[in-house]
Amino acid sequence: MTALSPPAAKGRPVRRGGLQRRRAWVGWGFVGPFMAVFALVFLAPIGYSLYLSLFRNQLVGGTSFVGLDNYRRAMEDPQFWSALGRVSLFLVVQVPVMLGIALLVALAIDSGRLYGKGFFRIAIFLPYAVPAVVASLMWGFMYGTRFGLVGNINDAFGVELPNPLSPDLVLASIGNIVTWEFVGYNMLIFYSALRVIPHALYEAAEIDGAGQLRIITAIKLPAIRGALAVATIFSIIGSFQLFNEPSILKPLAPNAITTYFTPNSYTYSLAFAGQQHNYAATVAIVMGVLTMVIAYVVQLRGMRKEA
Amino acid sequence: MGATAPTTVAPPTDRRPRPAARLRAPRSRHSVDRPRRSALLTVLTGLVLVYALVPLIWLAMGATKSQEGLLDSFGLWFDDDFALWSNIADTLTYDDGVFVRWLLNTLLYVAAGAGGATFLAVLGGYALAKFDFPGKRGVFAVVIGAVAVPTTALAVPTFLMFSEMGLTNTPWAVIIPSLISPFGLYLMWVFASEAIPVELLEAARIDGAGEMRTFFTVSLPLLGPGIVTVLLFTMVATWNNYFLPLIMLKDPDWYPLTLGLDAWNDQAATNGGEAIFNLVITGSLLTIVPLIAAFLLLQRYWQSGLAAGSVKE
Repeated sequence: MTALSPPAAKGRPVRRGGLQRRRAWVGWGFVGPFMAVFALVFLAPIGYSLYLSLFRNQLVGGTSFVGLDNYRRAMEDPQFWSALGRVSLFLVVQVPVMLGIALLVALAIDSGRLYGKGFFRIAIFLPYAVPAVVASLMWGFMYGTRFGLVGNINDAFGVELPNPLSPDLVLASIGNIVTWEFVGYNMLIFYSALRVIPHALYEAAEIDGAGQLRIITAIKLPAIRGALAVATIFSIIGSFQLFNEPSILKPLAPNAITTYFTPNSYTYSLAFAGQQHNYAATVAIVMGVLTMVIAYVVQLRGMRKEA
Repeated sequence: MGATAPTTVAPPTDRRPRPAARLRAPRSRHSVDRPRRSALLTVLTGLVLVYALVPLIWLAMGATKSQEGLLDSFGLWFDDDFALWSNIADTLTYDDGVFVRWLLNTLLYVAAGAGGATFLAVLGGYALAKFDFPGKRGVFAVVIGAVAVPTTALAVPTFLMFSEMGLTNTPWAVIIPSLISPFGLYLMWVFASEAIPVELLEAARIDGAGEMRTFFTVSLPLLGPGIVTVLLFTMVATWNNYFLPLIMLKDPDWYPLTLGLDAWNDQAATNGGEAIFNLVITGSLLTIVPLIAAFLLLQRYWQSGLAAGSVKE
């Protein structure tokens, strides 16, 4: 699943007959509705936020053009950097852990050596169907020292586990929730990619005396490089967008989760609590550009190794 | 849902030939395909399985307990009194049945949002796969670029735009942005280019069928597994949507389930608010049951859809 290359229009040399040319615009009839709505909910907001980011709205003096001042302000904003640092840390730790587990499980299921692999596949995937709100509420309860599992364990063994919702641990606790939600989804992406590898390759490798580990590193991993790149990109985008889980856990951990916990929380509170629409749009653009650049770099790397 | 439910549904899928099977290279059934089963590997993978299922079991157990039972019983087992039915009744009737209202709202958003998104993605993917038209490359570049734009980054400007248009605090504010699924478009594109033979389209045209007729009678039936896949994933996205309704909706009467549950939880965590954790937990369970059921019942379709999506290299 290499995301960024169009599927080749197989065996269809374009004939430019009369009928053919009339049909040239028919494609737009089908793709037109998508593009119209797309322009309204993707392109227009992007343009509008670019516009907003160049202005400032003050109580006294109204709206005035300020050029790149908002961007300069973001560069010097310690709260923005703190939020960005937090999601970067999250990305560097959570994404490899999640994708690593997903890959191991996919390889295990694909190996055909499990008892009841159909059950494994569907059961590990199930958390994906659970809304982030429910997942966060559920884990929030379980983290609780009052009637959660952590409380149960403390009571049963007479120990005092550290509170998962304390300021030191809350990021790790959120990482656990996100991992739980998406490990099965990524596993399924990897598994689907593994399934389409021609088995003749394995047979040939085995005749050549290759062990399972060698088959994995020499055949399976290179073959699913595209899927790995796609999953990595989506996970990076997801990390930078982190919002739901901290927002829902906030009532349970008011001291640990600040209004600028993640860049998105910060944008949200700027726009809706602070009414600073222009600056909020600026922060959103900076994060969008940053995400695209990193996604693009990962994409390039994934592609180059593939070639 | 209990942990036993999936076992009865899952096993047959793997042996049955799938609709998309012909897309894959033919594969010889050989001893390499049937290696010895390993108990050790099963146990190790079992750890991940336990990790995935324990919270769901906790939720199912929690839904059978009263507010007091939640506080003083072990989380992964039943309490002495079985309060599931009274919890469900309380959830549905609390605050004049506002939960039912939220459920109906969610169904509306899912039907219109996910249904519409799938429809647009199928049409668009079909066009990209089977037609040459001016600007096709541009469409591709723009949509792929947009996948990397964090949707939440768009939320604030979208909110401001919609508020100028008077759309905020109405169902439209939630439905319209849900109509676009770049991932769905991509999946349909890949799926359509593999599943619909060009010869079939040519034959229909030679027989004098119009493009619309060709699409609905010839192409659409072939796209079945792809459509189910896109529909399921857009359903999950709209059913689970939280951020978009959070900023767009002020009136609790228009809340979807996710926002409603969050509001209940806030109420329970506030000093002086009525603690209704048992209703939050039971409501959460009721919220996830339909989606889990849909995934289990339709797994043969969406798994082959996903497999076909990953064929492309």
